[in-house]
Amino acid sequence: MNPAALAWQQFRFERKLFWRNPSAAFFNFLLPLLLLVLTASAFSADSEELEVLIPGIAGMGVLATTFTSLAFNITILRDEGVLKRWRGTPMPAGSYLAGLLASAALNAFLQVLIVVTIGNVLYGVDWPQDPLLLVLFTALGVVCFAALGIAFSHAIPNEDAAPAYTNAVFLPVIFISGVFYSSDDLPEALKAIAEALPLKHLIDGLSEAIVGGGGDAGTAALVVGGWTLAGLVLAVRFFRWE
Amino acid sequence: MTPAIEVVDLHKSYGSFEAVRGVSFAVEPGEIFGLLGPNGAGKTTTVEILEGYRDRSAGEVRVLGRDPQQRDRHLQERVGIVLQSCGFYRRVTVREAVTHFAKVYPSPRDPEETIALVGLLEKANAQTKDLSGGQRRRLDLALALIGDPDLVFLDEPTTGFDPAARRTAWGVVRRLKELGKTVLLTTHYLDEAQELADRVAIVKDGRIVAEGPPDSLGPGSSRYRVSYISQGRRVEHQTDDPTELLHRLTSDAVARGERLEGLEVTRPTLEEVYLELTREADAA
Ligand SMILES: Nc1ncnc2c1ncn2[C@@H]1O[C@H](COP(=O)(O)OP(=O)(O)OP(=O)(O)O)[C@@H](O)[C@H]1O
Ligand SMILES: [Mg+2]
Repeated sequence: MNPAALAWQQFRFERKLFWRNPSAAFFNFLLPLLLLVLTASAFSADSEELEVLIPGIAGMGVLATTFTSLAFNITILRDEGVLKRWRGTPMPAGSYLAGLLASAALNAFLQVLIVVTIGNVLYGVDWPQDPLLLVLFTALGVVCFAALGIAFSHAIPNEDAAPAYTNAVFLPVIFISGVFYSSDDLPEALKAIAEALPLKHLIDGLSEAIVGGGGDAGTAALVVGGWTLAGLVLAVRFFRWE
Repeated sequence: MTPAIEVVDLHKSYGSFEAVRGVSFAVEPGEIFGLLGPNGAGKTTTVEILEGYRDRSAGEVRVLGRDPQQRDRHLQERVGIVLQSCGFYRRVTVREAVTHFAKVYPSPRDPEETIALVGLLEKANAQTKDLSGGQRRRLDLALALIGDPDLVFLDEPTTGFDPAARRTAWGVVRRLKELGKTVLLTTHYLDEAQELADRVAIVKDGRIVAEGPPDSLGPGSSRYRVSYISQGRRVEHQTDDPTELLHRLTSDAVARGERLEGLEVTRPTLEEVYLELTREADAA
């Protein structure tokens, strides 16, 4: 089989595995949606809040399905020897990773789609102003956070430490990056940290695409793009298969 | 014929610790070669260098005529690997695993037949997390064989097998030999080495201390032990030439009118040779 066909086979294999692990499927997939419905129900009267929340949860969904899930999974695959096993076969590393990443990317796009749909159907938020920009920002977010997730897995010592490490990043970052409320309301110090990190900018870009108006999509793309490059370099440079 | 595996003066250091200190051996195509030796002797390190997992510190290595350190795909296609210990996806069935891994090889074996070969047919639909330790090990073997390799590396393949499963695995390895495959095997079971290996090498502290067919292996040459009971005590002699010794002992005994009670002539077992060699090195 050629490398592209193998990547496709690996993608299908990863999809099968994804739904077989209910707790991972819950944390990576249903939790963001649950938070959306709970928070949106509390704010449902306020359309301004909803216009922050929908892009915010979409950004968090991208983070959860790529960064968190890949950092976690790659640590487990490495710790248990699955990566080592693949390395002893003719499976091209590129095909294997492409299958793994495509599966995470599909989850991210599904998340964004579901969040936007729930926003429209349940809470009356308009359909995205600029669907193409939404696709582009989601794709950029996927590449950025997937690369950062792989890079971060190199820092996680073992499987048992994976939940603590990933949550230590995930939770603070979603709270300062304007997922649930506009990060403009934060104290200056936290705002400065959020400005330096990519999630806030991804959410700005998603917000520009979904709600439109006011956001600076150019800066957003630049900052996320910068993190993407850093993530790719670190992911490749420090990759460990054992 | 070029050897399937050729190792010349191989060295491997982890930091300042030298795990392999000048190992040389060659394995001919179609041969089953066993690596024996105590824990930490450097067997897995040597095997993993041959498999392309680790870079060597010094020395020359050829596997099927290629340098495994180059990690070329054509070499991986012809090699099957059972690692000493290696986990797997938990929520995948035996059949799914074997079928999926078959896809990466140019001319794989039939998945069903391979599952049957390792005796996992009745567990084909079980997820790996529900397999016993020995059954998981058999899945390792199935995954190593699915690509129909010319050369198979087996690092302690039968650890955790029950006696019947071990016999089955031995059957599989013999079948590989019949098909002309080359096998490099490490094991702590000396009966396994004696049963399967055409030749063995005993490794100790990163060096080969003895090498040869398991039956003829000995310190120097094979020494026979002749013993009998005389005046209530067992008397023992060692010799390279049992015919001459027996002739002398028996004629003396006949002349004295004594019967040599409990007369035994034994060759040292592989286990005795192994223990002697690895102990010798300890004392040194
Ligand atoms: N990655 C590593 N880093 C540092 N030292 C290592 C590493 N791998 C192995 N060693 C050391 O190298 C020596 C040889 O190890 P190796 O695994 O090759 O032994 P072995 O002969 O396979 O032993 P066993 O029979 O227990 O499997 C041991 O002392 C081990 O501690
Ligand atoms: Mg070992």
